Parts: sequence; structure tokens; C-alpha cells
Amino acid sequence: MLFFRVKKTVKLGIKSLWIHRLRSTLTTLGIIFGVASVIAMLAIGEGASRHAQEQIARLGSLNIIVKTAKPPESQTATSAEQSLQEYGLTYLDAERFRNGIPNVQVVVPVRRLSQQGWYRNRKVPVEVIGTVPWHLETAPVRLLTGRFLSSVDLIYKQDICVIDESVMDKLFAFDDPLGQDVKIASDYYRVVGVVSTRSPVSAGNGTEQQAETKGRAGANAGNIYIPLPTVKDRFGETTVQLSGESGMSAEKVELQEIIIKVAGIDKVIPTREIINTLLGRFHKKNDYQVIVPLELLRQARRTQRIFSIVLGSIAAISLVVGGIGIMNIMLATVSERTREIGIRRALGAKKRDIVFQFLSETLILTFAGGILGILLGSAIPYLVTYFGNMPTVITPGSLLLSFGISGAVGVTFGLYPAYRAANMDPISALRHE
Amino acid sequence: MEEILKKPDFDSDGSILVFERLCKNYRLGQVELKVLREIELTVKKGEYVAVMGPSGSGKSTLLNMIGCLDKPTSGRYLLGGRDVSLLDDDELSFIRGQYIGFVFQSFNLISQLNVIENIEIPMYYQGVSEHQSAARAKELAQMVGLGDRLRHRPTELSGGQQQRVAIARALANDPLLILADEPTGNLDSESGADILAILNRLHTEGKTLIVITHDEGIARHSEREIRLLDGRMQKETQER
Repeated sequence: MLFFRVKKTVKLGIKSLWIHRLRSTLTTLGIIFGVASVIAMLAIGEGASRHAQEQIARLGSLNIIVKTAKPPESQTATSAEQSLQEYGLTYLDAERFRNGIPNVQVVVPVRRLSQQGWYRNRKVPVEVIGTVPWHLETAPVRLLTGRFLSSVDLIYKQDICVIDESVMDKLFAFDDPLGQDVKIASDYYRVVGVVSTRSPVSAGNGTEQQAETKGRAGANAGNIYIPLPTVKDRFGETTVQLSGESGMSAEKVELQEIIIKVAGIDKVIPTREIINTLLGRFHKKNDYQVIVPLELLRQARRTQRIFSIVLGSIAAISLVVGGIGIMNIMLATVSERTREIGIRRALGAKKRDIVFQFLSETLILTFAGGILGILLGSAIPYLVTYFGNMPTVITPGSLLLSFGISGAVGVTFGLYPAYRAANMDPISALRHE
Repeated sequence: MEEILKKPDFDSDGSILVFERLCKNYRLGQVELKVLREIELTVKKGEYVAVMGPSGSGKSTLLNMIGCLDKPTSGRYLLGGRDVSLLDDDELSFIRGQYIGFVFQSFNLISQLNVIENIEIPMYYQGVSEHQSAARAKELAQMVGLGDRLRHRPTELSGGQQQRVAIARALANDPLLILADEPTGNLDSESGADILAILNRLHTEGKTLIVITHDEGIARHSEREIRLLDGRMQKETQER
């Protein structure tokens, strides 16, 4: 009985909407764009945030990364005689971190250099990472084949290297890299292992590089891991640059980076404080930078929340505008169909039958708009990902939310016209021309 | 509501409609306009009554009263033995749909619905099942001679045909009385004669008819004439 009435009313509603196809379509467009923009904006926002959070998470939430930073020019002597600049993190710093801070699990000193890697006649830009075996504990690096660096390599300063996938793909193509020699600068290093730095979650290539070495080297350079003592011996610690009129300038940097991993999440912030204090005492030149991925992560989440609210509000406003459009049209429809309302009332329709009839028309419009909007809204993020190369994530929640909002808009903006229709005086409605 | 759902029990003398000192006033600003003054009227089952009167005599208001579209200011209106002057809007809607069949001067069909669907409207609001109402609508359409035009829209029909659809629609719920307001007013004389013939047929079948008109020709078909002037009933011409 109830089902039959609903079915009949909906059928009738579709019929009257169909008679004014163009009007109905234009009206629905408001809702379609509203819903689509809610979904698309939330998907883009969510995608951007997950991407950022993933990158930060890859830095390791238990890690504290201390980087060498070039001190501001004003604090360094720039006279021609003193052309050797000495700054940055030192082995002594790493030693202090290891011995002077509680709750530290591992301390990884890292030296980084941008170089060219050669194999036969093939050449690829590489990021040489001079490091220690326990680097693995601080970075999301997976061993694909062979082995990683070992303590023995450190002691004997072996000329070996571990390459990552992108280097393997570019240098060796189809050859087995294990046991082959890669030439960097003037020396050869035997490949003992291959690692993957690609996240199993994101298909994005070289995301770790972007995260770890932002602003350094070429973004597309692959990583080559070489024992830290070997790097120190082969490449030294001084880089000489030919620059402008002053002729030559040299920089001496022992370590580019020290990664400290603490024992637990709650130890991250206190440990950062200790590190700041320690560094503040020994580095007067402000030649370092402390990065706490955990803090960045929290910051990113906060930013994301605000971002989502802003985007969502804009989209919601467009939905409301769509709703007002619907109300406008429904009011016009009601006054246009005054006579029909009079006839129906004379033939036994109760007020609520009239309310139901017009409300159902509004709801049909908004639900149709909602469904089309969901389709469009789901398509937009794909296009953004495809053409804009931006990650997007459509959450089921955003679909439900936007559909719910469109329904609510339908009810809110449909009720008034429907009540107006129902409360018309049947006698004057019948006389209406 | 429960009470009005019961089948009507007629007064012992078979009165379908009884007006007792029925008055209707309208306020126009400061002025109280007495449109109907103490109308006394009884219509029995199977009667064919014509309500006559010049414009401004209160015919339309009387029609609205009989059709339960409006409430009297004072007096009683018994429809099927029950006082309807005290019912609320929902109950009046039910009464209109169930016990009164309207036939309007301007047909008042719904243009986006076809013949069958138009006839079904009163049944729809009384909750008749889709299956039943479709069968009944078809039967009624055939009865008024539109069996071959079931799927036509009102705009595809002539005036006479549209009025026949309206009569079929008025009969849908087998009402206590059929209330026609100038049923031939918008028709040429030939179609008008058709419609009057149908009304006559309904009368012979025992239906109760009240026709409101200012056309003497139509009134001649009825068995009883009521004349209104300035809101008062003038005289009754009984059985010719």
C-alpha cells in the first residue's frame, strides 16, 4: 500500500519532470556540480594529505634527522684569503649523540655526494650515500637481492656498493648487477646488493629521494650506498668550486646528515630538545637543521584538516546554491500548477498528498543530481591524477557525505514549495487560470 | 476519521444531502457579505436536481458547500446522514474523494496524464490498488464511449470527449452524488447534448445528480429545480 503510493508518486514525479526536461536538467546541474565538487575537492585534499603524510612517514616517525646546512653568509668570513669554509656536522657530533643522549637506538652518520655512475658506456646521475650497515633500521629500504653493507665493509673500507632499483634499471638493464663494477669518479665499486626504495604502497618513483634530499642533486638520481669510511677515503671531505672573481672556494663538510632513531614515539620530542641543546653548544655557526618527521606529520595532519574544512565549505556552499536553484524552480512549478493542485484537492488529495507529490519531485531531482554528481565527482579525481599527476583519494565517507547533503538539500529546499502548494485554497486554485 | 470511513447510513427517508439553515458569510474588509442565507435543502437518493440562478446569486458558493470545498458559517450540512460542517481538512479531503464526483465547466483534466490516469486520480487518493483502479478506469472509459482513446492526453481530445473523461473520473469511487458545475458551458450544442444524455443515463441508473447552471435548457432535464437569488432559495419546481 505504502510502497504502491510511493511508486506511483515517484512515477508521476518523473513524468512531470520529464515534461520539462530542459528545466529539470538545468536545475539538476546545480546539484550535480555541487556534489561533484564536494567529492572532487575532498579527494584532492585527501590525496595531497596522504601523499605528504606518506612521504613524511617514510622519513620514519621515530627518526630525528639532523642535516648540515650552509650557514648564512654574514656569519662566515668571505675574505679572499680564507676561502676554505668549514662547517656542518662532524663525526664528533655523531659520537656525542650516540653517547650523550638517552633512549637513542641507532645513530646513522651519512655523507652524500652527487656523482655520475658508469657501467661500460652507460652513465647515470647518482646520489652517493656513504653510510653504515644500520642505516637499514632508519629507512624504509628493502633488500631485493644480494646483501646490504656490513661491519666488515666498514673496517676494511671495502670498495663495494649497494645500488637501488632505479640505478639498476638504468645501468644494467637486463644484466645481473651482482658482482659487476660501477665506476664513480675514478674508482670502481663492486655491486653486492640491490635495494628497493620504492614504497610498496605508493607507485610513485623515487619518492624517498624527494623526501630525503629535497633540493639536493637531481631529483631523478638513483641512490648508491657505499661504506662511510670508503667514501671518506675516496672522495675526501673538501669540495672545491670555481666561482666568479674570487677564483676558488672550498668547503669542508664531514657529514651531510645524522639520523637518530629513538626508542619510542613519546621519546621523540624530548630527544629533539636534547639534540638542539647539544648542537647549540658546539655549533655556533648555525650550520645545521633538525627535522622531526613526527612533528611534520602532525603538522601535516593539522593542515590537512583545515584544508579539508575550507574545501568542503566551498563545495557545500555550491551545493546550497544548487539547492536554492531547485527551490526557485519548484516555486515556479507550484504556481504554474496551481490549477492541478486545485483539481487534485477537489478529487480527494489531502494536504500531505500534495506535500508528498512536490517533495518527491524535488527529491528525484536532487537524488538524480546526487548520483550523477557522484559519477562526475569520482571521474574528476582520476583526470586530475592522470593529467595533473597529483595523487587523489576518494573516500567512501565523502561519497556518503555528499549524497547525504544533496538529500538534505532536497528536503530543505523542497519542503517550502511543497507546503505552499498544499496550503493553497482549493477553491481559488480551481479558479486559477 | 474512523467514523467517516464507515459506509454512510442514510436517513430513514433516504436523504443524501441535508442543509439546515445553512449560512455563509464572507468578510470583505469591514463589510460582512452574506452570500448564502439560511438555505434549507434536502436531496434524496436518485434525485436529479438543478440549481439555477443569475451570477452573483451564490451558486458558486453553494457548489463549494455541497462539494465540501468550503465550510458553512452557520447551520448544518449532513452528507449521507453525517454532519460534515465540523470536519477538518483531511476528513473533508476524504469526503470529497469518496462521496462526491465533480464535473467542472472547464473539464479540469490534468494535462500530463492520459485518459486512464486521469480517471484513476480519485481512486489513487482513496488508496485503491493499482490493479483494481486500472481495471475500473478502463471500464469507466468504455462506459462513456472512450474505450479506444485510453492512452490519449487531454490535449488530443475534443471538448466533449474531455468532459466525458471528467464524468468517468467523477464516477471512479462510486460517489454518493455527482456535482456538476455548468457541465456544458464550454461545449458546442452537439457535444453538450451528448453530455446531458450521459447525465440522464446516470440518473436513470439511480445516481444522484446536482447540476449547477444558468441554462434553462439543462435545467429542463432535471426533475427538480432550485432557484437562488441573492443567497436565498426562491422556489422549487417539483416533478414536471
